[in-house]
This record gives sequence, C-alpha cells and structure tokens, in this order.
Amino acid sequence: MNDERPTVPGETEQSEPGLRVDPAPEYRHGDIIHTPQEYVLADADVLTVERGDVIAGSSLWRDAWRRLLKNRLAVFGLIVVGVITLASVLGPFIIKKATGLTPDFIPSDVSLLRSIPPLTAPDGSFSWTHPMGTDNQGRDLLARVLQGGQISLMVGIVSTLVSLLIGVSYGATAGYLGGRVDNLMMRAVDVLYSLPYIVIVIVLLSVFRSQTARGQVILLFIALGCVSWLTMARIVRGQVLSLKNQEFVLAAKATGVSTPRIIFRHIVPNTLGPVIVYATLTIPTVMLTEAFLSFLGFGVQPPLASWGSLATDGIQNIGIFPWQLIFPGVTMALTLFSLNFLGDGLRDALDPQTRKL
Amino acid sequence: MSNNNGNLLEVKNLRTYFDTEDGEVKAVDGVSFQLKRGETLGIVGESGSGKSVTNLSIIRLIPEPPGRIVSGEILFDGTDILSLNESAVRKIRGRRVAMIFQDPMTSLNPFMKISRQLMEITQLHLGHNKSEAYEHAIKMLETVGIPEARTRVDNYPHEFSGGMRQRVMIAMALCCEPELLIADEPTTALDVTIQAQILELIKTLKRATGTSVILVTHDLGVVAGMSDHLLVMYAGKIFEQAPTAELFAQPGNPYTKALLRSVPDPLKEQGELYQIPGLPPDVAHLPAGCPFAPRCYRAEEICRREFPPFVQLTAEHFSLCHFAQEVFQDSAKATEAM
Repeated sequence: MNDERPTVPGETEQSEPGLRVDPAPEYRHGDIIHTPQEYVLADADVLTVERGDVIAGSSLWRDAWRRLLKNRLAVFGLIVVGVITLASVLGPFIIKKATGLTPDFIPSDVSLLRSIPPLTAPDGSFSWTHPMGTDNQGRDLLARVLQGGQISLMVGIVSTLVSLLIGVSYGATAGYLGGRVDNLMMRAVDVLYSLPYIVIVIVLLSVFRSQTARGQVILLFIALGCVSWLTMARIVRGQVLSLKNQEFVLAAKATGVSTPRIIFRHIVPNTLGPVIVYATLTIPTVMLTEAFLSFLGFGVQPPLASWGSLATDGIQNIGIFPWQLIFPGVTMALTLFSLNFLGDGLRDALDPQTRKL
Repeated sequence: MSNNNGNLLEVKNLRTYFDTEDGEVKAVDGVSFQLKRGETLGIVGESGSGKSVTNLSIIRLIPEPPGRIVSGEILFDGTDILSLNESAVRKIRGRRVAMIFQDPMTSLNPFMKISRQLMEITQLHLGHNKSEAYEHAIKMLETVGIPEARTRVDNYPHEFSGGMRQRVMIAMALCCEPELLIADEPTTALDVTIQAQILELIKTLKRATGTSVILVTHDLGVVAGMSDHLLVMYAGKIFEQAPTAELFAQPGNPYTKALLRSVPDPLKEQGELYQIPGLPPDVAHLPAGCPFAPRCYRAEEICRREFPPFVQLTAEHFSLCHFAQEVFQDSAKATEAM
C-alpha cells in the first residue's frame, strides 16, 4: 500500500501499512489529504474484486452499441426507422380498429377524381380526419402511406435477407475453397455484375408475371434479392480470404471439424460486422429500386400499394393535388436517409479502425 | 492393435514441397523418425527449418496447393496416414492426434464461447450430447487448472489472459484423450513464468494419460527437461537425432554445437552472447553441398561440394555431417575436460 501521508522522511518506513490513525500531522497548503477512511474503502474494493466476483466483461456488441449511441445521426436514423416501421406495422390495424375501414376503402359519397387536401374536412373547414389528405379516389392518404410502408419495408428487408443468404454462402464458399473454384465463382459474379440489373429484374418480373397482386410482391422479393447479392458475395469473400489463414481456422481443422462446418460455424460469424453494415445499406438501395420499378408499373400492383406506386399515382395529379406525391415521397426519403445514417453509424460502431479520427 | 515395436508414430522419408513463384521449396526433405508410446520427442531448429511443416504433414494439414507431400510414409499406429482419404483423416484429427498451436491469442475463435469450442470436439468425436459435452468441457477446464471453470466456461476468448487461453487450447487438444499430442511451440508467445506453468501442465497431463508428445520449439531449455529424444532440424533436414541427454552431453554435429553455444548460461559471465554467423539459407535455392556449410566453423572443401552422409554414432545417435565422428569425439573430450 502506498501511504502518502506527508510525514517526516524516514517515518513512513517504520509505520505499519495499516489503518492506524496517527495524530493529525501538519499539512501544508495544497496537500492532498488522504484520510484513513479512504484507505478502508479502497481496501474493501480491492478485496471484493480479488474474491473473484464476476466482473461483467464488456462484449464486442455492447461496445459497438455504446459507440452507436454516441453517434447522433445514427441515433436519429434509428429512431426514425423505428417509428416509421412501428407505424407501418401497427397503423393500418389501428385505423381499422378505430374506424372499421381498411386502407383501400373507397368512400361512396366522394366523387372520383376529387381529392381532399390535408387537414381539411370535405366541406373545407379544418379537420384532423385526413392528416395527409386523400387520394383521387377518396381514400385516406395516411392509411395508404402506412400500408405502402408495410410493403416497401418488407421488400427492403426480405430482399436483403435473400441477398444475404445467397451472398454470404456464395462468397464464403468461394473465399474458403480458393484457387480454381474461387476463380470460377467470382468470374461468374463479374459477368452478372456487367449485366444491367434493372433490365434483368424487369425481364424476370414480366416473364414470370403473377396473376395476383400478392404473388407479384413475392416475385419482387426474389427478383431484387437475386440481383443484389453480388456485392455481398464480394465483401464476404474478401473477409473470408483474410480469415481463413488465421490460426483458429487451422486449430478447428486440426480438431477434425468438417469443411462446411468450418465455413459456416467458425468463419461466417467472424464476418458478421461488415455483413450487418452492408445489409443495412442494402435495404435503402433495394427499397429505392422497388420504388423505381413500381413507378414504371412493374412492381407492386393495386390494390396493394408501396411508396413507389403511391408516388406514381401522385405524379399524375401533381399540378392539382401535390400532397399525393409529397407525402409518400417525403416519407420514403426520410426512411431512406435514416437507414443510410444508421448504416454509416453501424459501420463506425462495428469497425472502429476505419473511422476517420 | 498392431504394435510396431512400440512405435506409435513412424515417419519414413517424408518430403513436403511447396510450389512458389521462387521455385520449388523443399520445406521438409527426407525426414524420418519414430516415436514410442508415452514418449516425448523434441524437435528444435531455427525458424524456417521445417519443424512446423513436418507436424502439419503428420495430420495432413499442409495447404494444398501450394504445398504437397511428395513422398514418404507416415505410419500412425500401423496405418499410413498419407494413404487415407479426407474423412478418415478427419476422424483421426482431434480424436487420436491433437495439436496445440503457437499463439493462443489467435488460435481460439473470437466469436465462439469457450464452451462451444470445447463441446464441438467431443460432440463430433465422442458422440456426446449437449449436456454431456458441457459437463466434459467443465471437467477439462478444471483439469488444465482454470479456476471456477463452471462460470468461466461460458466466457469468450477475449476474457482470458494469454496463459489461460493456452490452457484452454490444451483442454481442447486433450478432451478426447488423444494418443499423440503435437505441441507446436506452445510457449513461444507466453512470458517465462507462464511458460514454466504450461510446460509443467503438459508434463503432468502426459504422465496421467500416457499420451505421446511431439514438442516443437526453438528453445533448447524447453526441450531439455521435457523430451526423451531430440531432432535437430535445419533447412528441412534432420541434422542430428539422439536421446536428449546424449545430445546435450555429446553433440555430434557442428550445427547442434553452435545451437548449444548460443544458449545463454547464467553461471558464466559470457560478455557477448555467441551467435551463429550468417542467416538460415533460402530453402528455395540450397547450395549443392551441406546447407549449413556457409555458416559452419568446421566446413571444408568437401562440405561445399558434396551432400553429407547421415552417420550413425551410437545405437540411437545419428548426425548429418562429413565429420560427424570427429565432432562427436571432440565433444566427448570437451565434456571430460569440463
């Protein structure tokens, strides 16, 4: 114990390193005074730790989470994405519970091609009945936007999952096996890269055109997933290339673990950081593509709606009823850049080395 | 079980080459040795002398390509490992031959709990179910001296210190009670006190289980107290092979003598420590004669011209040198003089 009482030189050696209270020594101005009580406390702390109380380790994920929370833009993105997701999932149910009407309900008393502006009652007075107005068939736009959000977010998430599944297994296999197999597999990716993917999706969607609106959405999931795995495969392959020569892989091999198990149980979890980041950044890209396809009329078919198809409907009346474009458009833009902020934040949090200091 | 004169492992004329852009590298070139059940074999040599490649060849973990085992036989308990197919070798790895690696910091998977890494092996080889494997994992951690194994078993590798991780590695290696344990520089990355603990642990466990051990190291002090036999490797070849005590007392090869001289002796005030002049040779471009000739104090014309013979000095003592007998006698005199 380092006893720093200001005492006469030589006395410190003699005094026991205990908690004996000495008669108050003379302090000089500015001395830091340690009272015996402080030592008692400090000793107790040391002892509890030495007794082997489990010290909560700080895991990688907790560290990353802490870093993410420090990033204001990322937190903003997280909140916005959370609120919009929650509203899209729960909103249509709440509306149905409250009013008994579904989002695609077309009121009979409204003449077609007439839209009520936001925050206005049909008679022109102020009203919360339609906070975003109605579309040109008299349907409440808020309900439509929320319903569209369901589809848009689902397309984003499901297609990203499809691309994750394909990209991770493909990239990990190519990277791990290496050599000629890797060469062949990655050249195939290069070839697919060079094809204009929008054209592929359009061809896929029009060849396998589904009869039902729901079938069309599922087709959209698959088509978008199938074209967006390429970059994922490259990222995962790169990661695996650097991981497969690490000693823990050799150690796993030396214990007789089979190759598929080494790839998927030992290596793939180690690539999770970059994969999560890239997946978060894929969601907005896929959603944008979906909006684009719906805008062209290849995507979501009525009566289902997505933000893209709502924007298409809106753009036809942009001169007269601008809110029909503005609300779905702004909601989508807000979601997309929130997702981008979140993705950037995740990258900084999960991979601190690449962060600009 | 076939007996093979009590030999658990017999390596005969093993050649492992690597194809590199620099040409063919003969990492291991004609290595032969035997290991009896329950014995410890030490392999020493400088970096790049082929120690690790020899061991990786034994359990067929040479990355192919660029590596390939050109010729040789590796008889493990009577069966030639080189003739087995991949799945048969996998059944041997971890079950009958286990390996400990140099760097405990990188040889555990950072994303898996210790428990899962230990359980994986026994589930795979011993057919344990989850709870059996879990209990076995805890038992193994207790065996290797990790305190509070029951709480520690669910930790991640980063929550352990280097020495503790090497203990976990040993637990992983020994959890199927292998017949052969290959320890590839198990203490190089650890500090001296931990080194002693780990070596003591390997020794104790070896005594308890009767496992044969191959101990690879470049630290002569480590092998001195651990091994029954010693191989000295240089440039992919065995330069000297002898029982440990005999090799230390009466080395029959200039390279071994030089190695022994370069170990600091705390009893003697030496001043500057002896070092072997020059650098280990580029294994891709070996000279025609003895690969050690350019650095050897005893080298003569013949050494640069002709590859030396593998001379038998006593029953179990071999040396690769043109002047093996002479060096052997010199060492004997030097020992007597001391």
